Amino acid sequence: MEVALSFVVSVFFAVAIYLMLSKHIIRILLGVSIFGNAVNLSIFTAGRLMREVPPFIPEALPTPEVATANPLPQALVLTAIVISFSLFAFLLVLAFRAYQELGTDDTDGMRVAEPEGEPMPPLGY
Amino acid sequence: MAAETIDISTAMLTEPTALGDWLLVAPVGLPILFGAVLVMVRHETRLHAGLAIVGLLLTLAANAALLLQVLADGPQVMTMGRWLPPFGISFTADALGASLAFVATLVASVCALYAMKDIGATGRRYGFYPFLMLLMAGVGGSFLTGDIFNLYVWFEVFLISSFGLLILGSTDRQLDGATKYAILNLVGTTLFLTATAYLYGTFGTLNMADIARKADAMRGTGPMMTLAVLYLLAFGMKAAAFPVNFWLPASYHTPRIVTAALFGGVLTKVGVYALLRVLVMLFPVERGELSGVIAWVAAGTMVLGIMGAIAQSDIRRVLGFVVISGVGVMLAGLALGTETGLTGTILYAFHSVLAMTALYLLAGVIKELGGSYSLHELGGLYRAYPAMGAFALVLMLAVAGLPPASGLWPKILLVRASIEAGWPWLSFAILLTGLLTTIALGRVYILAIWRNRPSDVSADAVAGAPGYGYVSMALLCVPIILLGVYPEPFIRVAEAAASGLLDASGYIGAVFPAEAAQ
Repeated sequence: MEVALSFVVSVFFAVAIYLMLSKHIIRILLGVSIFGNAVNLSIFTAGRLMREVPPFIPEALPTPEVATANPLPQALVLTAIVISFSLFAFLLVLAFRAYQELGTDDTDGMRVAEPEGEPMPPLGY
Repeated sequence: MAAETIDISTAMLTEPTALGDWLLVAPVGLPILFGAVLVMVRHETRLHAGLAIVGLLLTLAANAALLLQVLADGPQVMTMGRWLPPFGISFTADALGASLAFVATLVASVCALYAMKDIGATGRRYGFYPFLMLLMAGVGGSFLTGDIFNLYVWFEVFLISSFGLLILGSTDRQLDGATKYAILNLVGTTLFLTATAYLYGTFGTLNMADIARKADAMRGTGPMMTLAVLYLLAFGMKAAAFPVNFWLPASYHTPRIVTAALFGGVLTKVGVYALLRVLVMLFPVERGELSGVIAWVAAGTMVLGIMGAIAQSDIRRVLGFVVISGVGVMLAGLALGTETGLTGTILYAFHSVLAMTALYLLAGVIKELGGSYSLHELGGLYRAYPAMGAFALVLMLAVAGLPPASGLWPKILLVRASIEAGWPWLSFAILLTGLLTTIALGRVYILAIWRNRPSDVSADAVAGAPGYGYVSMALLCVPIILLGVYPEPFIRVAEAAASGLLDASGYIGAVFPAEAAQ
């Protein structure tokens, strides 16, 4: 199970990095989104992976009888999903606004904040 | 009933939280509370500034009380949700976190004051002050949390608030700068989360004190070096360390000047704080092995950063590069890892928070009086506003590391530490950076303030009353000069913070008091 998920995580990372190396904002954003999911899956893999063993403890016992699924990674992943989803939504709107205002989604063309061919700073006075 | 036979006192808090412990969450809770109130009264924009300043002053008072308590009694801990550590999230304030939270809140209060002038009704309608409060909640949480996943959450809290502040005004430049800032910082925090996933897989715990005490036992089996390098990359990105720093000069000059002041002062220091916390406290052996790499990163950051500043003609972009070079100086102490070096780093962090914020506010005042940020167009300000010339001189001496201002002592500590550690080239890099900073800012001083106004620029652009700007800068100059002429108390706090990092037993003992007692 871990091996299969590790494989999936590595594919996700590869796809994410490939997309993030692109010049177009929208592809970068898709890469960032996949990157976040790769990390979520790796958090999930970092805990115990179990099939159909819920982490319940019988009332009379202080610890579970058998090895159970680890609930903590699920809580962590849930938090991370919510955060990365909200940031991704913000980034999508920001990228759309930037595309509207700047007329391009090519990062090479987005040179408003750092214009190309600026004059030299004053060399004397 | 069977449940009564199980003794839960080993896993859960059975006593109510002591009243004094609430002090630990006040630096986070108060800004969130005031941020929520500010959102509720978002249409009553004239109330915003007053409410925010009151909120920040209360937060500042809570931070000061917390810092005094930490200095007197050692690290303070409050655990959430009744689960004892390592299961509950522990807020843990030690000298490092509490002092940085105090300094950050101090400059945020000054920024809120300056914003009364800088942010108009539209900016307040768009939520400048709520964003400011939530940003400070995130920053305070980052400094005070004792749980590494919780640190990630606070990073995201101040990240999303910083996006809001960055695009306030929605000009083309801001959208362009914010896009780069947002994407690269999101990638940085996602890398941080990647490292945290591996950390959890390795240790099975996220509590920093728990990790620190288990690190020695895991060293043979766990991928400790991978973790340390991932954290170095992720937090290095956050702190704007070379070569992952180029998002900063692309974006920090675009927002309103008060936002830039807050970012330049506070946000990179959160990255430096996280680097110190994770690499020095959790992975000291790996930090030792990486020290050569960190030293080269530090030297590259400070020297190339300040060379970037010399090449700029816009004051805000000069300052963006000066922020980067300051991060390099702080990383030098991280590379050395000795108590003197870390004291220098922490003292430099105090200085940098104050001085960079004050310099950005100075740039705001220059813009207000001179009508431009460009060194091509500015000039003639000294004659019209000699007081501003004095403020500028003090602040530029501070950042260049010259007496009588605050930059001198941390640099002396760092130079001494790097010579003691047998790395004279690192001390040379620090001194060279000081020289280049003097040149870069001296050039700004001469061109923007000292020289006569260029003849091709109309003279009547000079106008305005710099009242708020002067008050804000004066408020920041007080601690800056105090740090320069009477550094003893500041050095003592920084030393306490550095020794607390190097010997985490006090931190661990505060989180696990029962085991410390045995």
